Amino acid sequence: MRILIIEDDAEASAYLAKGLKELGHLADQAADGEAGLELAMSSTYDVLIVDRMLPKRDGLSVIETLRKAGNHTPVLILSALGQVDDRVKGLKAGGDDYLPKPYAFTELLARIEALSRRPKAGAEVETTYQVGDLVLDRLSHTCRRGEEDIPLQPREFRLLEYLMQHAGQVVTRTMLLENVWEYHFDPQTNVIDVHISRLRGKIDKGFDVPLLHTIRGAGYTIRDASS
Amino acid sequence: MRTTAFKLSLLYIAVFTGLSGFLLVYISRNTNQLMATQVVQTVDAEISGLADEYVRGGVRAVVESIDRRARRPDASLYLLTDFAGLTIAGNIARLPTVVLDETDGDIRRVKYARVEPGGEVQREALVRTFELRGGYRLLVGRDLGEQQRFSGLLGEALRLWLGVVVVMAVITWLFVSRRVLKRIDGIAATSQTIMHGNLSGRLPVAGNGDEFDRLATNLNEMLDRIELLMQGMKDVSDNIAHDLKTPLTRLRTRVETALREAKTDEDYRSALDATLEDSDTLIRIFDALLRIARVEAMAPESGMDDVDLKALVEEMAELYEPVVEDEGGRLEVQVSDAVMARCNRELVAQALVNLIENALKYGKPAEGDLVISIKAERQEDRILLNVSDNGSGIPAEDADRVRRRFVRLDASRSAPGYGLGLSLVNAVARLHGGSLVLQDAEPGLSAGIDLKWAGEPGDKNGGDKNAHDEQPGSQPG
Repeated sequence: MRILIIEDDAEASAYLAKGLKELGHLADQAADGEAGLELAMSSTYDVLIVDRMLPKRDGLSVIETLRKAGNHTPVLILSALGQVDDRVKGLKAGGDDYLPKPYAFTELLARIEALSRRPKAGAEVETTYQVGDLVLDRLSHTCRRGEEDIPLQPREFRLLEYLMQHAGQVVTRTMLLENVWEYHFDPQTNVIDVHISRLRGKIDKGFDVPLLHTIRGAGYTIRDASS
Repeated sequence: MRTTAFKLSLLYIAVFTGLSGFLLVYISRNTNQLMATQVVQTVDAEISGLADEYVRGGVRAVVESIDRRARRPDASLYLLTDFAGLTIAGNIARLPTVVLDETDGDIRRVKYARVEPGGEVQREALVRTFELRGGYRLLVGRDLGEQQRFSGLLGEALRLWLGVVVVMAVITWLFVSRRVLKRIDGIAATSQTIMHGNLSGRLPVAGNGDEFDRLATNLNEMLDRIELLMQGMKDVSDNIAHDLKTPLTRLRTRVETALREAKTDEDYRSALDATLEDSDTLIRIFDALLRIARVEAMAPESGMDDVDLKALVEEMAELYEPVVEDEGGRLEVQVSDAVMARCNRELVAQALVNLIENALKYGKPAEGDLVISIKAERQEDRILLNVSDNGSGIPAEDADRVRRRFVRLDASRSAPGYGLGLSLVNAVARLHGGSLVLQDAEPGLSAGIDLKWAGEPGDKNGGDKNAHDEQPGSQPG
């Protein structure tokens, strides 16, 4: 992936770039809004990471200008202001996801991976997801594993749908809470874990190969280990 | 000399003296005038009486009458002279001679000498001269001694009065400076000690309920509040010291131990993992603190929407039901109809989560299964949203304390949590114009917040109560 980091905190920017490079991504850095906008306009990136408060040009203004110019590169907004309003403002300005500082690197990584694989606008929407022998039909709202029909509650269906949409990627607990339940706070207890374990009980229990995996310190992923 | 008391006393003297002086002058002038009129009338009456007698009985009759009248106590003045100016009768010893020449009938003020048993006395009088036929001149007058005595009396009274006023002013000054200023000085002195850091100092209250007492009582209440807030601040910082220092110390120790003892990559990795977890905990505490501060600083109407509480509660119940069941408990939802509330959805959801998590953590009964029930019911134009458990509840005396930050009833702080949950709920409740309501659920604790009712669905006004009566199924307002 080619990633552009627009962040004025040199240390945070370097740390991010280093982490991303170690994982095999290409990371460019810009230290202010003007430079960032110029880079984003002149080259093609898979994901932009934009800090909200930047010198010379505000992060939201950078995103708005890009969107007006027809540039639809996915944008992850970073902000020290973790308020609900800020999230809404950021997303309204054209951002695709929002992450309050301080964040865990795994969280950021999971989010930019999810952003980069987001179906492009106008692309055909998949009606079925398949991982190994697990098939989810989004039209008939059914789920099958091998020959067996698996009955799912509506929310379980949404949970599995989100996981399978990002098959092979790590999905964090916060991402699940935000996208499946549409709440933006950090529950203290293991709410998501309990829901995942119930889902696991339905789709993995009694089968030889587990598909739903826990990634320690990060979240969950659904993948076919055999492939 | 620059004290308020001195200025007040001075003003008091000036105003009082002015007023009483005016009053005395007014009285004396009026009395003088009245007495002068009386004198004139008396003199006129006597002259006409004597003139009548002269016509009827001649000089003899007049002389007799004068002698008779002059012997009366408190007598008028009489003088009858012949054409040569020699005295025929009367009780005046000497008189300026010009007086007798002026017979135009005007009344005038003269000095004269009077015949008294002890000899001649210089006096003043108002007199009138009248010419009788045959060159006789008759003078009748009235002594002014009485009037002058009265004037003197009034003057004396004025002087005495002035004295009294000055004495009163001095007494007032002493009273004001002694009593009142002393109290103001007392207040000033106490404020000084409070300013220097002794927050437990209180202003003296005399107990007579005057303005100073009211002022002192109010100031004392203010000081109580400030002291409470300061104590709260101190508690928070103590608790921060505890809650943040413990994980920080643990983190530090872990890093130190790893640096000293770790041999393999695996050792380093596990030490770093644990460090990461510790720092996440710290970040979560900070986030929670920040969130409370932000909610407390939010403008009342920000982010408010008409939210379907039934849907919200059901979503939350669905989210938490598996967790409660894993704990061996049961989650009940009691929301009758669609209840619309005017609120900030995200924050109310967060508050609800905090309440549910509290019930999960602390609401477990000693025997039997945990039952958490979420209720939303309308009372007038408020909606009470509450979560109750069947655990041991909160002792009544702690009900206030738990709203505060970092307060955890479990003094050892062994249970998970940071003591910020209810503080946030309280802040959210206050943002919505309500408060955190803690009740005894018998057994267990019922904790809730009240929100503003947004009216029936589709009824945008919300306030039109008559409209509700026609809708079946609506709750009585």
